Amino acid sequence: MAVAGVLLKRSVSVIPVLGVVALIAFMLLRFASGDPVAQLAGDNADPAAIAAIRARLGLDQPLAMQFLNWLWRMLHGDLGTSIVSGQPVTALIAQRVGPTVAVSITTIVFSVVVGVPIGVLAAWRRGGWLDRFAMWTSVTGFAVPTFAIGYFWIYLLSMQFGLFPVQGYVPLSDGLGLFLWHLTLPTLTLSLVYIALIARVARTSMLEVLSEDFVRTARAKGLPERIVVFKHALRNAAVPIVSIVGIGIALLIGGVVVTESVFNLPGLGRLVVDSVLARDYPVIQGVIVVFGSAYVAINLLVDLSYSFFDPRISQQ
Amino acid sequence: MFNDFSRRSLLKAGAAGLAAGMMPRIARAQSGKVIRAVMHAPLRATDPVINTAWTGRNHGLNIYDTLFSTDSKFQIRPQMVDTYEVSADKLTYTFKLRSGLKFHDGAPVTSADVIPSLQRWAKRDTMGARMMTFVAELKPVDERTFQLVLKSPYGQVLQTLAKPSSIMPFIMPARLAAQPPEQPVTEFVGSGPFRFVTSEFRPGSRAVYERNADYVSRDEPSDGLAGGKIVKIDRYEWISMPDFQTAANALINKEIDFLEAAPHDMLPSLIAAKDVTVADYNPLGFMSVVRMNWLSEPFNKQEIRQAVMYASDQADWLDAQVGNPDYYQASAAMFGVTTPLASEVGWNTKPDIARAKDLLKKGGYKGEKAVMLQGTDSPLLSGSSTVTAQKLRAIGMNVEVQTMDWGSLLARRVKQDSTANGGWSMTHWVTTTTELMNPLASTVLDTRGKTGGFFGWPEDTEIESLRNKFALETDAAAQKTVAEAIQKRAYDVMTHIPGGQFKQPVSHSKALKNIVTAPAPLFWNVEKTA
Repeated sequence: MAVAGVLLKRSVSVIPVLGVVALIAFMLLRFASGDPVAQLAGDNADPAAIAAIRARLGLDQPLAMQFLNWLWRMLHGDLGTSIVSGQPVTALIAQRVGPTVAVSITTIVFSVVVGVPIGVLAAWRRGGWLDRFAMWTSVTGFAVPTFAIGYFWIYLLSMQFGLFPVQGYVPLSDGLGLFLWHLTLPTLTLSLVYIALIARVARTSMLEVLSEDFVRTARAKGLPERIVVFKHALRNAAVPIVSIVGIGIALLIGGVVVTESVFNLPGLGRLVVDSVLARDYPVIQGVIVVFGSAYVAINLLVDLSYSFFDPRISQQ
Repeated sequence: MFNDFSRRSLLKAGAAGLAAGMMPRIARAQSGKVIRAVMHAPLRATDPVINTAWTGRNHGLNIYDTLFSTDSKFQIRPQMVDTYEVSADKLTYTFKLRSGLKFHDGAPVTSADVIPSLQRWAKRDTMGARMMTFVAELKPVDERTFQLVLKSPYGQVLQTLAKPSSIMPFIMPARLAAQPPEQPVTEFVGSGPFRFVTSEFRPGSRAVYERNADYVSRDEPSDGLAGGKIVKIDRYEWISMPDFQTAANALINKEIDFLEAAPHDMLPSLIAAKDVTVADYNPLGFMSVVRMNWLSEPFNKQEIRQAVMYASDQADWLDAQVGNPDYYQASAAMFGVTTPLASEVGWNTKPDIARAKDLLKKGGYKGEKAVMLQGTDSPLLSGSSTVTAQKLRAIGMNVEVQTMDWGSLLARRVKQDSTANGGWSMTHWVTTTTELMNPLASTVLDTRGKTGGFFGWPEDTEIESLRNKFALETDAAAQKTVAEAIQKRAYDVMTHIPGGQFKQPVSHSKALKNIVTAPAPLFWNVEKTA
């Protein structure tokens, strides 16, 4: 089946998934404690003013009606308007998506570039000092909380050595140097756990492949070890690595909130946390739908990439 | 020779070299006439009549102006108003606007803008609404002159128009002020010293203000919220940083210039920083309040409410909230420690456990559960709640502490149901002294009960009668006598328990000079020297 056909088929199949995501996002918020109107109305509001605000926001309508209205507008590309700021949710997401995507991309690229070689080399020299060091680093990466790593880098590289800024985000349009300079510490912070994850999966996968007959055959043919490991073995070990990278990207998009707070990156994670605290329902719902869609899209791409790395896996 | 170099200094030198290529641009952004400020909270809602939080007031102070302002000695000074007259019968106030006042869109400020602005604001503000019950008519006389005609003499007209905190009577163009008060304005045009840069506004992240070159300042020097508002910078950027440690590091690293509200336990490290000044520009400070729910057991009984007060010790609350006695002061004053209406009548701020237990007995307390709502967003809220719960348990009360975020607490505290049905018994709250310094503006003294009062819903006709008397009184000494009577009565019936007063110093770069002392952070008059 052509790639386009597969894409279309898979895209249609995720519509129910997104519908369930939308419904859960909507219902969770409505059953959570808190009331955006109480926050908006302020301390001086009388019951009539509260009722007027509730009516203006459409929150006085039955839940089913509110959900259908939201769903209908969403199908027309309108995610609604923020209860708090009065701005369109799509505009708010557009303002915030840049830092989140940027730090996610730099993190995953850095993690792959560092994590895969570490995993491969650790498997190649199994039991040696490199393997032990890689696994020690991996355990550390899993064990230390992200915020602690962030503060460590800030203390060392910003406050002590003045190498990087403590905080902030500069868009790519302001220059590649500045963009990367501001993203260095967040990337170092976030990538540690992903380097650990990718290195472990790469090592396990490579260990399995390196013990297979075709590797022994390649060595027997006299191929250089570099070719055996990186061309023959790594390609065959790629599927689990690609899976974990895909999951990593999806987790990153939704999971950078701590890093965004520590480094003051005005991203989607902070938008959703702020919106939850303010009970800004349309923004939370909009961001969850966007996160959900991104997650599904990334998984779809990962699925499609399997056949590239291993033609034995059918796209159907 | 190498003894002169430590490994660390070599590393630093190398690091500086590596970063040098990228640094100049940042350094340039930090210099000049831009102030980058991290405030206590980000700006999200931009209509200062709708956003009753301090963020709304601070935003409004930048881009709007008011008819009158309160100076540092609590005197009412004309601001947009040039001259005014009060008729002999004290029923007609005639105001004339200063000449040359212009909105940011270039239109002149006229009486036709002032009147709908006041009408819209008064529908949302308690003090404004009260004044309007005395107003027979607000009418334009000419482009720059308008009259406020009263049905009967009212002693708080100028105090109301010069209200120093939320909700302030900001003047907007008539077309915006025509908006219903529940409907936020979406265009940000004022006549204040700064213009709002709408294109750079990122709700919850960044708000930017530029100097309004057309602003016509008063000639007097800045004094509190009054006087001249000469802007000496080009831009002021209000930046959000959710993590105060990051903000403190950014200030020390010269990435920002101003940090409004670093937690008190972080102040020693900022004081020790070479290029940082820690100073208090808001001598009125903040007050915390314990509020009990008059509608549900056990605090529907006066004796049991009083028992809570006698079980309490302000110093313990303040230690839990602030920690350092340099920044707090125990005081019974309900209208602020240093305000014109300050009085210590009613309580000595110390516990009297025997009396507390006796009052519990007199109130017939039988172990009814008191549900305390504990906001966990800030140590100012959470610390004092823990102290109170412990004090009440010590006198034999049954207390259930329910922890929640501020958003949940706000939704919960408006519930008038019993505790068994989702209601509540008591909660802690923090506000600025400016919100409490006038008996009419102080929401905790609103004793109209279930149908009109502030959460907690105390009901007391005597206090309401005294507040009306205060409103009609025009003599300052007589006002103070009435205010003292209100405070005494409030302690008797226990509208609330004041939790003491504390300061919140500002931390800023030493490059900032001439910051105005006022009950809100102001960026006019401020100079940036480097």
